[in-house]
Amino acid sequence: MNDMHAASTSAPLLTLDKVTFRHRGQTLLQNISLTLSSQGSTIVMGPNGAGKSLLMRICHGLLTPTSGRLHWHDTGGRPPRQAMVFQRPVMLRRSAIANVTYALAVQGTCWRDRKPLAREALERFGLTDVAHRPARVLSGGEQQRLALARAWALRPAVLFLDEPTSALDPAAIKAVEDAVTDFGRVGTRIIMNTHDISQAKRLGDDVLFLCQGRVVEHNNAESFFLAPRTRDASAFVRGELVW
Amino acid sequence: MLSEDNAFITALQLILSLDQTLVGIVSLSMQVSLTAVLIASVLGLPLGAAVALWRFPGRGLVIVVLNAFMGLPPVVAGLVVYLLLSRAGPLGELGLLFTPSAMVIAQVLLILPIIAALTRQHTEERWEEYREQLTSFRVSRLRSIPTLLWDARFALMTVILAGFGRASAEVGAVMIVGGNIDGVTRVMTTAIVLETNKGDLPLALGLGLILLLLVALINAGAFLISEEAKRRLG
Ligand SMILES: Nc1ncnc2c1ncn2[C@@H]1O[C@H](COP(=O)(O)OP(=O)(O)O)[C@@H](O)[C@H]1O
Ligand SMILES: [Mg+2]
Repeated sequence: MNDMHAASTSAPLLTLDKVTFRHRGQTLLQNISLTLSSQGSTIVMGPNGAGKSLLMRICHGLLTPTSGRLHWHDTGGRPPRQAMVFQRPVMLRRSAIANVTYALAVQGTCWRDRKPLAREALERFGLTDVAHRPARVLSGGEQQRLALARAWALRPAVLFLDEPTSALDPAAIKAVEDAVTDFGRVGTRIIMNTHDISQAKRLGDDVLFLCQGRVVEHNNAESFFLAPRTRDASAFVRGELVW
Repeated sequence: MLSEDNAFITALQLILSLDQTLVGIVSLSMQVSLTAVLIASVLGLPLGAAVALWRFPGRGLVIVVLNAFMGLPPVVAGLVVYLLLSRAGPLGELGLLFTPSAMVIAQVLLILPIIAALTRQHTEERWEEYREQLTSFRVSRLRSIPTLLWDARFALMTVILAGFGRASAEVGAVMIVGGNIDGVTRVMTTAIVLETNKGDLPLALGLGLILLLLVALINAGAFLISEEAKRRLG
């Protein structure tokens, strides 16, 4: 019932049914049931170690739940085209543009289209000048923008971002937030995890609040920050339950 | 003392005048060792990457065996190939014993474990780093092999050079399976052994100098590659 709101505003995209994840005898995610609607951007919040990153990895298919299941509605149960941007960007030992064309190649894009698509993505994220530099000598902010450009070129229906700004300076954070807004504008479904409450307010349509491996609250962003329904969430919003 | 000085000068003259015997021996050495390195790389690079990528029962044993075989004594490699190729051996009908092909096989046996084991180490490091991202891209394990090999390219070039160095400098294996036949299977190392025994020092010294130069070039190459990697990859 926590996600009635999100589910009722538009068609459902992804449903998690009693998803549990155990590792070495520890239950890290417990009985997570929720539905994400096919529009907008969801911010995943919660104290450190709550299981936010694990939940994202399960949704993105990097990890398999110990029990429970995922169901993608639009695509008949199969995962849609999706991409993920990590806290620390993982760059291949190639030029910036080759990092993008590689992702396009493994996705099956025809080789004639790869370069133009990669150039367009690099230009959109202000990386044209560094296109031929080795990706790994770029600054942290540039690498994160390159990770976003790479995701952009893949035209994902769903984009996961796991604390994409936590290692960046203010200017780079602004660039990432603008990029997230751009993705939203072209209809990409955003699911992002952040520690930064003001960033969550700027970018989020709904908030998924996790605590100790459980979903404590799933609410639209406005209500979540103004009047959280649960005690843990209100402590978190007041800044009393940060780590 | 005097005669050895003369031998040194004669050796230099042999090299500079591109003496037929010397050139023949050097070029056969290069052909055999380059072919062996090519074959060992074609087999060892994907093999090493595959062991890095897949988890299977007995994987630990495979790694231990590969690492142990890195130090395989050349004479043992030679003996094994000799037994396989000798007339009574399982591959005797091929008639390869005492041909350059037999020397190639022995050198492949010698350096394949080196190339595979070191490739495994380097690609496994890359894989730890890339695994999540490549999984996110939905790259299959098989498709990850060329990706990892390419992204470890500088380290792997050094590995291949090390393999070539070991192949061209060893004497035991090629001596046993090649037989050091003049004009057929005589390579630099076996020629040095023979000419020294015979007391023909100029040819032995000339070949020794070329071998030394080769090893120096290999090391210079490895150094330049690692400098280039630092510059290009950060
Ligand atoms: N690969 C892993 N192996 C073991 N435990 C893990 C692993 N990844 C995360 N955990 C544990 O799972 C819990 C949730 O982690 P995580 O999802 O990273 O939290 P966060 O909400 O901070 O992103 C933590 O207690 C963490 O120690
Ligand atoms: Mg996390």
